[in-house]
Amino acid sequence: MATKLIVDCSTGVTTEVELTAEEIAEREAMAAEYAVQKAQEDAAVAAKSAAKQAAQDKLKALGLTDLEIAAITGA
Amino acid sequence: MPNTYQVISSVTVGSGGAANITFSSIPQTFTDLVVKLSGRSSRSAAVGEEFYLTFNGNTSSYSERQLRGDGSSVISQTFSGSSIQQLGQPGAGATANTFGNWEFYIPNYAGSNNKSISLDGVTENNATQSYTYLEAGLWSNSAAITSITISAGSYLAVEHSTAVLYGIKNS
Repeated sequence: MATKLIVDCSTGVTTEVELTAEEIAEREAMAAEYAVQKAQEDAAVAAKSAAKQAAQDKLKALGLTDLEIAAITGA
Repeated sequence: MPNTYQVISSVTVGSGGAANITFSSIPQTFTDLVVKLSGRSSRSAAVGEEFYLTFNGNTSSYSERQLRGDGSSVISQTFSGSSIQQLGQPGAGATANTFGNWEFYIPNYAGSNNKSISLDGVTENNATQSYTYLEAGLWSNSAAITSITISAGSYLAVEHSTAVLYGIKNS
């Protein structure tokens, strides 16, 4: 069983107690919540990167050089 | 500007690991709080695993903006929900016996405004992939902070992980 450390700052005493079922559920909920938000952020970053690459490919297809693309996009 | 820096309490995780670390009954006699955390997660294969921060046992109204570098790129992210999250720590996939380093700065923790938190930290890994973080957090709650909990998510903070709580006074 997972335990938690509680440091009572008024006494300096540290106790180790088992997590309650509610606390275990809370921890798992935090991790699940983070995983969802992280996946959304990662997807947004990937989409932005893909869009940037697509735009650069189109510019290149128009005849711009890499140096010219970098000059107008800052990339 | 703070001119004192006093240890309130500290704790080091024992051989069995710990799911959570809580500083309770925090004295209300300081101006600001600082937590220094040296942590490592039990999660296997992970180079960067997340720890979570909550106050007063409350799991709502947290938000944060994070800048993170991972050895090859930098991203800006926002999170909101039940904790200040993504406090990256090395997991079992990182170099053995290395620990992450974090500092949480909590100004005016005893006041009646919403609580802002400044966080910075690094995972440690003797390889290209390692993480560094700068974060601005907010707990939209006017209660004075009387307890701080650091959670290791679905895993454990391993033995020798250490947290120290400091109080700072402005006079």
